[in-house]
Amino acid sequence: MKTTLSLTVNGINRDDVVPDNMLLVDYLREKAGLTGTKIGCDGGECGACTVLINDRPRHACLTLAATCQNAKVETVDGLSRDGRLTAIQRGFHEKLGAQCGFCTPGMIMASEALLRRNPDPSEADIRAALAANICRCTGYVKIIEAVQFAARELSA
Amino acid sequence: MEYLPEMRLYHPATVEEAIKLHAAAPSGRYLAGGSDLLVNIRRGIETPDNLVYLNGIAEMHAITDAPGQISIGAAVNLRDLAESNLLREHFSAVTQAAGDVAGPSHREYGTLGGNLCLDTRCVFYNQSEWWRAANNYCLKYRGDICHVAPGGKKCFAAFSGDVAPALLLFDAEVELAGPDGRRRIALAALYRNDGMDHLTLGKGEILVAVHVPKNPIPITTGYAKSRVRGSIDFPLAGVAVRMGLQDEKIADLRIGLTGVSPLPFLVRGLDKFIGRKPDDSCLEEMRDVVRGQAKAMKTTLTPPHYRRRVAGALAQKLAETIF
Repeated sequence: MKTTLSLTVNGINRDDVVPDNMLLVDYLREKAGLTGTKIGCDGGECGACTVLINDRPRHACLTLAATCQNAKVETVDGLSRDGRLTAIQRGFHEKLGAQCGFCTPGMIMASEALLRRNPDPSEADIRAALAANICRCTGYVKIIEAVQFAARELSA
Repeated sequence: MEYLPEMRLYHPATVEEAIKLHAAAPSGRYLAGGSDLLVNIRRGIETPDNLVYLNGIAEMHAITDAPGQISIGAAVNLRDLAESNLLREHFSAVTQAAGDVAGPSHREYGTLGGNLCLDTRCVFYNQSEWWRAANNYCLKYRGDICHVAPGGKKCFAAFSGDVAPALLLFDAEVELAGPDGRRRIALAALYRNDGMDHLTLGKGEILVAVHVPKNPIPITTGYAKSRVRGSIDFPLAGVAVRMGLQDEKIADLRIGLTGVSPLPFLVRGLDKFIGRKPDDSCLEEMRDVVRGQAKAMKTTLTPPHYRRRVAGALAQKLAETIF
């Protein structure tokens, strides 16, 4: 069965007919062509698919697209405007927060959600907010520095 | 990566509508957050052809503060539960347990009802289809042997929800709605000691809300769990402790356990500690009582003897620190 889905993705209104069994991550990657969101595991364990739904971080691989009726969905693809990186993207760039880069879209979206709620997070706040995101390269130190960099940029 | 099988998704606006839709669907399941059900569907452990989505039901999202009790809708997500000041004031173990479920992104959509009705878990069960097929399946699904206790006819898959043992400390009741109307039962009566069929929910019944009586006098409670990944994981053992002192002696003591058997339960035989000073020897004795009843089986990669010991140690540590 199919559902007519109306939502905004990265600020753009969309109406799509989606199968009831379609996951949000497949909708974003295949219907909307936004391949920034990655599929890492099959059980909500890695966080690579993290997107924002109504400003809150959620796993796109454990969310049915048809349950996002009238939702505001944001992915890593929509952050930069006119080629200008956002503070959190600059942080990951400046502080070498990305190595292989596969976890980075999820890390960035989880960090973005944190900074919207708490523009001045402590290191413990950052660690807690990124607890559901796994990185196998960096050892997390550079990622935490990246978020701290972004927080400083935003407050400047 | 497996695509989900063909399914139909319904969006009811009321509990009654949800029950009707469920009754009309031959093999339907209720879906709330989906953080566990969708994983199980992807792994082929659950094969519903219809899903009835509960998050659109307004009644199930309310937290209501009445004079004698607080009612929490089953679709309240775990983050809201963990961050509720009202609940923290009265039931701190519950908010701690909710904040200890999985990781922050899971708590955004995982719900109270989902955590209470969480399917039991086992290292031989929560695997992909090919993994289970290569292992000849297991008693819980499609197989006829339990790999945890070969020869037995009982399933030992462990209940791994964090919130249930904390709610047990407060005599919580659950409100269920089904084709035959509504009923209210003690939370403890929602569970049975059978990993294959651990919930006493009738066919088509929904857990609508949890009602927790307020305690007339403030009591101190806490929750702690042991897990493989400290940042996000199911409990190897989870312990909720409620303790009250009078004249420096224990006047009130309850301990709830999860992750160590097919159901969450309150530890028995704690009366003997009432009236005693909570000194080292008393708390060590209490630790041993907890350890004796935490009969963890080989349902995780972590060996059972560790989970039994850690359950006792967590109870001791909580009792020492919640004051």
